[in-house]
Amino acid sequence: MKPNTINPEVLQRVELLQMDYANRIDDERYEEWPALFTEQGTYKVISRDNHRKGMPFGFIYCDNRRMLRDRILSMRRANIFEPHTYRHLLSRTSLSCGENGEFLARTSYMVARIMQDGAQELFSTGTYVDRIVEENGELLFKEKLVITDSSCIDVLLVIPL
Amino acid sequence: MPEAIKEPAQIKWPTDDASRIPFSVFTDPDLYDREQKTLFRGPTWNFVAMDIEIPKTGDYKTTFIGDTPVIVVRDEEGHINCFVNRCAHRGATLAYDQCGNKKDFTCVYHNWRYDLGGKLKSVAFQFGVNKVGGMPKDFKICDHNLTKARVEVYHGLVFATFLEETPPLETYLGERMSKHIARVFNRPVKILGFYSQTLHSNWKLYMENVKDSYHASLLHTFFSTFKLNRLTMEGGVQVEGDGGHHLSWSKRGTDSAAGSEYEKAGELRAQSSDFSLDDPSLIKSWLEYEDGITHAIQSIFPTFVLQQIQNSLAIRLLIPRSVNKSELYWIIFGYEDDTPEQYDMRLRQSNLIGPAGLVSLEDGMIGNFIQRGIRRETDQSAVIEMGGRAVEDQQSRVSEAAIRGFWQSYRNRMAI
Repeated sequence: MKPNTINPEVLQRVELLQMDYANRIDDERYEEWPALFTEQGTYKVISRDNHRKGMPFGFIYCDNRRMLRDRILSMRRANIFEPHTYRHLLSRTSLSCGENGEFLARTSYMVARIMQDGAQELFSTGTYVDRIVEENGELLFKEKLVITDSSCIDVLLVIPL
Repeated sequence: MPEAIKEPAQIKWPTDDASRIPFSVFTDPDLYDREQKTLFRGPTWNFVAMDIEIPKTGDYKTTFIGDTPVIVVRDEEGHINCFVNRCAHRGATLAYDQCGNKKDFTCVYHNWRYDLGGKLKSVAFQFGVNKVGGMPKDFKICDHNLTKARVEVYHGLVFATFLEETPPLETYLGERMSKHIARVFNRPVKILGFYSQTLHSNWKLYMENVKDSYHASLLHTFFSTFKLNRLTMEGGVQVEGDGGHHLSWSKRGTDSAAGSEYEKAGELRAQSSDFSLDDPSLIKSWLEYEDGITHAIQSIFPTFVLQQIQNSLAIRLLIPRSVNKSELYWIIFGYEDDTPEQYDMRLRQSNLIGPAGLVSLEDGMIGNFIQRGIRRETDQSAVIEMGGRAVEDQQSRVSEAAIRGFWQSYRNRMAI
């Protein structure tokens, strides 16, 4: 077995992590979302175009778990928006080994936005480019880079993708 | 000249001043068409690019003046040209990507070829095949150039107008507005990112929102919820010229990069309080300009916005799409000489603005709230009286004076 080869069991665990990630958001368990990141875990949402041009400024930039918690708190307590939920569809994950025991994962996503009047629309498509580490027997995101295919957001983005 | 309008638009204004705005101005498709001709194709200067977006010969970008698609390109002499993105032959779109570099523009339909100044250079099969067919003998290449707009560049901002009689750009901007642009673009800037957001509302509803300094702390509750309000020392609104341009500004306490007041105060609060941020690093800022102004929103009629929210600098350009839809384009920038620490603070503050901005994401939907509310109430009017009924400078930002200014200018220009 080559050193870079992924154990099928690891792949399954990573895909379960991705499912867990999507379910926490789709089930509106937003407060449980930051726990899938490491303490210094980063979460960035950036358009494919900016990413390709090497421009780091995107829609969201968080570089630790406290900032993720603050995003959710702001969404719950401060921000005003029409009630809506998401439905994620994820592709299978392509996985490789990075340095220091990290796993490098790439997963495509499609997110539908469901409004209270019944409108259900394709809101965002893109790729999760993730660095995943194991801490205390648990897989966590050390980095989740959400690269949106489109540079345009319909109305606003408040629930994490 | 814009096409002469024979009949006035069927808009009834309840008052002569700008304190009442009939809702029909946001819903009338005929008025929308008139605005395109009279305002956007009329005597206004429209922002089309930052010159650093197209630094080299042949660099171009596609954008819009109102809803007219245009190409902005740098030619061999280094001048920036702007023309309608429509082949003079059959009307096809010439450049169908966002940006790039070309030696010339060749229409994909029949290979009519234009130079970087928009002049027609060649027509495929002009003389037929083996001298059979071809264009009539009296066909003149020089009669079929692209529709060109006049271009002026001010401190790196490229503006275009379709009319010869539009006054020079600096005259159009006025002294105070020019001075504020010069203040921000005082040294080389660097583009840090682009994005856009779809707004399901008439373009004028967004421009009202930009000029509305009254709503800031009421609709946007991020700062007050997390007790981030800092003492506002001074602030005000400038309404320029006939009212079409505005600048609202304030000077607030800034948090040094070393450690914010908020963090110190936070030590007294219980950890993980529901009303305090766990990581307030996204509000760390430094005093960007010597004049002490920390917040400044400037708008240039019709649809250009320049933003300084602490150290978050951006250009916003609103593109009308239809009577009830528009798209807001953002260009986020900093300075070439930003230190790594300043760059990092700008990156953190980027969380506060844009369609996902913790401070301002509500602006994406508020125009649509109005658009929906007024749908069958077009004989009713909006009440714009905060800070009086006049169009004049204000000492307080709790004012709708700049909105009244917009409507005064709009009515003058539209002659309605």
